[in-house]
Amino acid sequence: MSSGTISDITILPGHDKHGNPESFDRIVIRPGDTLSIVGPTGSGKTAFINDIEVFACNDTATGRTVLVNGEIPAEEFIRDPSKKPIALITQNTKCLADMSVEAFLSMHVRARKMSGSAIVAETIELANQFTGEQIQPGCRITALSGGQTRSLMVADAVLISNAPLILLDEVENAGIFREKVIEVLKDHCKSVIFVTHDPLVSLLSDRRLVMRHGGVEKILEPEGRETHIREMVARMDLTLCRFRERIRAGELLSEPGFTI
Amino acid sequence: MKLIIIAGPPSAGKTAVTRQIIRHFLGKKKCAFLKIDVVRAFEDEELREEFQIPARKIYSGDLCPDHTGVMVLKDAIAWAERLGTDIFIVESAGLCLRCSPYVTQSLGIVVISAVSGMNSPLKMGPMISLADVAVITKTDLVSQSEKEVFREKTKEVAPAIDIIETNAVQGTGLRFLMRAIDQQAEISDPATIVLRGIPPLGVCTICVGKREIGWQNHFGVVRKLDGADDIFRGD
Repeated sequence: MSSGTISDITILPGHDKHGNPESFDRIVIRPGDTLSIVGPTGSGKTAFINDIEVFACNDTATGRTVLVNGEIPAEEFIRDPSKKPIALITQNTKCLADMSVEAFLSMHVRARKMSGSAIVAETIELANQFTGEQIQPGCRITALSGGQTRSLMVADAVLISNAPLILLDEVENAGIFREKVIEVLKDHCKSVIFVTHDPLVSLLSDRRLVMRHGGVEKILEPEGRETHIREMVARMDLTLCRFRERIRAGELLSEPGFTI
Repeated sequence: MKLIIIAGPPSAGKTAVTRQIIRHFLGKKKCAFLKIDVVRAFEDEELREEFQIPARKIYSGDLCPDHTGVMVLKDAIAWAERLGTDIFIVESAGLCLRCSPYVTQSLGIVVISAVSGMNSPLKMGPMISLADVAVITKTDLVSQSEKEVFREKTKEVAPAIDIIETNAVQGTGLRFLMRAIDQQAEISDPATIVLRGIPPLGVCTICVGKREIGWQNHFGVVRKLDGADDIFRGD
């Protein structure tokens, strides 16, 4: 089974911190799906994606089980990161190597036993679509900003790791174009799960999992009912983005009649 | 009784892994713990308090921790056996990266941290190559790319090693370690247990307290800057 043949990932329910069973029957994630996981701190958001990342088999604190194509996945799928169909990027994930962006990506390409240098350039190009600050191939990885690093990690997950499912744990704070990320992931038929407190990311997702006391409390499928608010939040976000850029550029924002 | 020997550089997460093992087997198997450290260690007190299991430590002081391990292991096995232990965990201090405290009839686990740099497995040698299992900790902190390269380098040192990646504090991914422990055979005959590898060359003049630099001031096995071979200098 190669990573290209994954048609769905299924999560079977476990229980919350008090031992009460979760009320959903199953959560099926198909290529191109976007889910966001919301809920207060300590409600079990990170535990949920950790279950997916390790392919829980009723052996984690939550008792959930994760299936690939309806079956318990093969062991190499779980254990070998180069065969694993999942990439997890958290706010703690760092690139520690002190080398150039180009060398770093080439190293990953070699570890994957892939050929061709074109993919390195493509990955940098894709990362640059996610961030306002351009990444140069010769930049030191350690000198990149938080936004640049995460953009690069997402681009790496899409093109080099070619992971069908990408888990992003609260990475939105670091100046990346979230709408663009979601659009590109959909274009590449990648599924993505966001753990998020960000209104825009939550509203852009197809489904929203609401966590409480360690369990999934409900699953919201807006199906268009949030369109009005989503469009408004997108405009607000764009306005804030522009203000941010202007403040960075050293401008004074003196528009007395301005309203959103 | 099963014998588990855990080695690894300082701060790699050996005790976090130990904790997960004890937690997993709590109530099912009787665990006992021995920590070998150089000057100070607190793990025995912490684990005894947290899990109410027999735990003790020994300080190696002027000896290398592995040297101490070899000296005390026979007594320690007898101690754990007397207590009716099912799983005896020995954690070594792991200092010079040349250490390899694993013995026959045991499960040897090396704990290495993914944040220690991608080339670090290549710098360790027998501590990895003679282990049965490599537990790579803190994989949640590094990029996918570095995680994969770290794994490749570990395999370069020990092609057949069983690699387990984890965030040891959370205990993610450790089911394969627990399975390896389940499958580990018990000690068959403590009298025939031997070290798997040959430790670094024995006592030298530096070990016995001579501090002058330069090979001219030392005896036994010495080495010059030019010429890679060890030479023996003595009476």
